[in-house]
Amino acid sequence: MDDFLLKPKRISGLPEMARRLLAVISLCLSILTPLNAAENYIVMQSTTSAKNSGLFDHILPIFKAETGIEVRVVAVGTGQAIRNAANGDGDVLLVHSREAEEQFIADGFGVKRYDVMYNDFVIVGPPDDPAKIAGSDDALWALRQIALGEHDFMSRGDDSGTHRAERRLWESLGISPSARHQRWYKETGSGMGSTLNIAVGIAAYTLTDRGTWLAFKNKQDHLIFVQGDPLLFNQYGIIAVNPERHPHVNSESAQRFIEWIRSDVGQRAIADHQIEGQSLFSPNAVAAHVQN
Amino acid sequence: MNNDGVLLQAARLIAEWDPALFEIVLLSLQVTMSAVVISCLLGLPLGAAVGAFRFHGRGAVILILNVLMGLPPVVVGLLVYLVLSASGPLGVLELLYTPTAMIIAQIVLVTPIIAALSRQVIEDLYLEYAEQFASFGVSRYTRVRALLWDARYTLPTVVLAGVGRAVAEVGAVMIVGGNINHVTRVMTTAIALETSRGDLELALALGIILLALALVVNVFVMALRGTRVRGAYA
Amino acid sequence: MPKCDAKRQSSLGEVIDSKIELPLISARDIGFSLNGQWFLKDVSITVRARKRTVLIGPNGAGKSLLLRLFHGLIPASTGEILWKGQKLSSNSQECQAMVFQRPVMLRRSVMANMRFVLGVRGFAGREQTRRAKDALEMAGLTSLASRPARVLSGGEQQCLAVARALACGPELLLLDEPTASLDPAATSRVEELITAAHERGIAVVMVTHDQGQARRMADQLVFLQSGRVAEAGDAAAMFATPKSPALRAWLDGRLFVETEAN
Repeated sequence: MDDFLLKPKRISGLPEMARRLLAVISLCLSILTPLNAAENYIVMQSTTSAKNSGLFDHILPIFKAETGIEVRVVAVGTGQAIRNAANGDGDVLLVHSREAEEQFIADGFGVKRYDVMYNDFVIVGPPDDPAKIAGSDDALWALRQIALGEHDFMSRGDDSGTHRAERRLWESLGISPSARHQRWYKETGSGMGSTLNIAVGIAAYTLTDRGTWLAFKNKQDHLIFVQGDPLLFNQYGIIAVNPERHPHVNSESAQRFIEWIRSDVGQRAIADHQIEGQSLFSPNAVAAHVQN
Repeated sequence: MNNDGVLLQAARLIAEWDPALFEIVLLSLQVTMSAVVISCLLGLPLGAAVGAFRFHGRGAVILILNVLMGLPPVVVGLLVYLVLSASGPLGVLELLYTPTAMIIAQIVLVTPIIAALSRQVIEDLYLEYAEQFASFGVSRYTRVRALLWDARYTLPTVVLAGVGRAVAEVGAVMIVGGNINHVTRVMTTAIALETSRGDLELALALGIILLALALVVNVFVMALRGTRVRGAYA
Repeated sequence: MPKCDAKRQSSLGEVIDSKIELPLISARDIGFSLNGQWFLKDVSITVRARKRTVLIGPNGAGKSLLLRLFHGLIPASTGEILWKGQKLSSNSQECQAMVFQRPVMLRRSVMANMRFVLGVRGFAGREQTRRAKDALEMAGLTSLASRPARVLSGGEQQCLAVARALACGPELLLLDEPTASLDPAATSRVEELITAAHERGIAVVMVTHDQGQARRMADQLVFLQSGRVAEAGDAAAMFATPKSPALRAWLDGRLFVETEAN
């Protein structure tokens, strides 16, 4: 019926409606601006492993109290953190994948890379330890045992620093576990914590950084079986995003943060972050500085 | 895991009224409500216009709205990230990792829901009114306004659907907000974070509080509607 | 601003002083087809001022459709409909008011329903209030003014629909089976409203299936059969001596079967 209706006579109303709408929306947005209000702050692209360990909650308030600069942490996998920083969506990058960090500098996205701290990776697994690797300090041997016995192993599978470290280990063994037919090897495609939840849930082995493991509260009966291998060393580096590439970055505050975290105060704050009397990260900025 | 423990922890969290929790709840409400209000301002007139007018390509518009209702939040988050990224077209606004970015992402998610559902409501109503309105000589603008007003007892359900989507969504706000403590951490991203920390009880307790919030919003809307004799007008 | 002459008539109470029995609507050879099927064909009717024209005929004869063509809700496929010698327009539509079989009430109060149409027609402020109150008074609905319109009884709703139609001061009132679903008491109240409007000089075109109503209300009668005018003329004469077999059958309450097709 409606299709036959005579042509409408008055159409002046619509633009008026649109105008009113715009007015109300701009009003709404102007009310919202206090939400975004911020003084001096920088955005740090970092990794889930560092964030989940609780390190930032410990050290960043100290930095802010000292300098008034707020550090806003976006925690994603190392791969994504580097891509976000390359897009200019951050002022500082704190990740743990040396090769990728150096590539980031080489591509002109970062100013200079500094060592900050390290921790180590550990292999955790179910209490019955079906691969019989408990107590080993040979990561390659342990992983080979897992692969030979086809015991369930959870991989991050998200191109994070931890995932890259894990892939390097498999490569030196000459095993490519992510091939389709390897049913014991599962990629979660998610962060360290989610991967640990899954590993605990299905009684699988996995490679995790010690910091996340110590802070993780859903361990149930899972245990550390392999640690202490130099191959499991996990170095974190910090890089300021290059202001020549992205002029909008808060380069001054970023430099200030890098100086602080490498200073005695910052390094001590890192060492002070402990769970059950154990430091989650070992500061090594000064040593690295000497090496350089 | 002990379920009593979870309920107890949720109750304790609320009872102690931890300022950090308060901050997260408040930001959740601010972001969600702002997004829903703006989505209504956009979606209701759009839905009413599509419901009340016949034009070329109308079928396609309805189809698009219905498809957009099912937009995955992660995809929306990614799109909004690409637009707001410093390297993106709107990078100069420096909105990424702010609550405004989260509101924008949720507007993209919620507006199609409001528009598509209100389109159906308004269209049904307009079928009833069409001849009478034509006889009165009602202008286009008045038609949309009158239909929106006369659907006022049905549309709250539409708005609640939008609120539900916004308040429960985590994928989009995680990407564009970054889950930054004290800045962009909301209920859902806090739950995701606690889950990844393995603190499943705290995560669940936060989930219960989120549920309670949704309950409060729903009761509020129902009470608002109940103050008028609904049956009388429907 | 006022598009309709009658709008200068400020009050419902005043008699419209239009020239006696001037043709308001002249329909010549109009037809309406949809998807190749003709629902109206070769219909020529003149509706005069101050007169009550009643359209009768079996279901599907095209009575309601004809009303919609007069009102400009649907354009005719062929032929020509003139309003006071001019083509139909928004102007002619505003000089008419239509009441539908099922009253369409906005989900608002009785008063707000009155105000809505008055607002649409450009009445504002005091004039709006005055007209709304007068119309409700006339329809005996004053005490229900603040009630939601949709809780009114069917009869009250139809009275409100007629009052709402009259509030804008039309010259022609179009009614599509206004009492089809009403009980006798409500029917007579609606008829009273229509009669009162007619006595103030408003022309009426009404569709009905109720023979008694047609006898009570009609000055002129048009009998439609299968989309054509089977018989038309002075109501009293047509009731007294129906010429066409179809009308005779209708008056007798028999089912008319077209034996010799045209």
